[in-house]
Amino acid sequence: MKTEDLVTMLATGTGAIDSHAVVRRFIAAGGVGMLGAAALMIVLLGTRHDMIQAMTLPMFWVKLGYVACLAAAGMVALVRLSRPGLTMGRAALGLAAPVIAIWLVGGVELAASGAADRADLLFGKTWRSCPLLIALLAIPAFITCFWAVRGLAPTRLRLAGGAAGFASGAIAAVVYSMHCPEMGAPFIGVWYLLGMLVPAAVGALLGPRLLRW
Amino acid sequence: MRGLNGDARAYHLFLKDLSAYLRAFLRRRLAQLPDDVEDLVQESLLAVHNQRHTYDSSLPLTAWVHAIARYKLVDLMRRRAIRDQITEPLDEQDEVFATTDTDAADARRDIGKLLEALPARQRLPIVHMKLQGLSVVETARLTGLSESAVKIGVHRGLKALAAKVRGHT
Repeated sequence: MKTEDLVTMLATGTGAIDSHAVVRRFIAAGGVGMLGAAALMIVLLGTRHDMIQAMTLPMFWVKLGYVACLAAAGMVALVRLSRPGLTMGRAALGLAAPVIAIWLVGGVELAASGAADRADLLFGKTWRSCPLLIALLAIPAFITCFWAVRGLAPTRLRLAGGAAGFASGAIAAVVYSMHCPEMGAPFIGVWYLLGMLVPAAVGALLGPRLLRW
Repeated sequence: MRGLNGDARAYHLFLKDLSAYLRAFLRRRLAQLPDDVEDLVQESLLAVHNQRHTYDSSLPLTAWVHAIARYKLVDLMRRRAIRDQITEPLDEQDEVFATTDTDAADARRDIGKLLEALPARQRLPIVHMKLQGLSVVETARLTGLSESAVKIGVHRGLKALAAKVRGHT
């Protein structure tokens, strides 16, 4: 086909473009993914039984804020990486800031506690299962985020895949924090982050294969 | 900009200018493959059209277009590299695909024997594509395999054949 004919064909019968379609697509993906993770958690794990009591503790909200900030920054990074020609930009800063903050709090906590309590603060009682459960809960959001990016035009496939995986992991961590009984900042800084990095690594591996267009 | 809002004539003009721009942009980067430039221009135009909802109107248009064109360019290079990989083993096995008439007859018999040892999903793509000269799409339609399965079959099959020939001689 001649290029001029292609141009003519493309130009006929096109409607106006919805400029908010991209953002709306990701809100839908994040929402459905979070609902999926919540359903999975309620069926498999249940919420923590002292939920009401825990909600009065500041650490519960610190934990929730930490993962919510990471989820938001992850989604912003993902939206940017789904558009041709954009880098992560300040979203990278948004990803690093909560991690640095929780490490600072964790460092203070560790320094203030006695040697006997330190291992408990870092490992809690559930350090073995925590990253795996977060990775498990990330599966619904992982699928919806990849669906969202697949309809768009990422030009850095590995990075976009990693961002999609990380965002899904952070969404799962938000949900998981309703179940997880751990309250130590060092625990959250290490094992939650690890749980989010598992789907991120899987996403980075699959990105070049699944996100081509 | 008006083109994106549904003004067909403005959009037509924009695409026309864009194709000239893309042609210049890609020709500069694809000097060693001049035959592919026009293909790639069309491919990029199609991508711009299909992905026009990913353009953020607060950002420069050229950066967006460049990123798309560059992505399509890299994609083409990658595909070429894979295709070269698939066809390479054939050229290397000169003793199997001999050039004289009698040798050719012998070779066909030998190939037939060798091919019989391969599973159908590798044998059929090789027979259709490499011996009968069909395209990937035609082979996929004939065998009922997906296009990527055909390509993989040819690739793995040729590899297995090469290994067999090496083992025999």
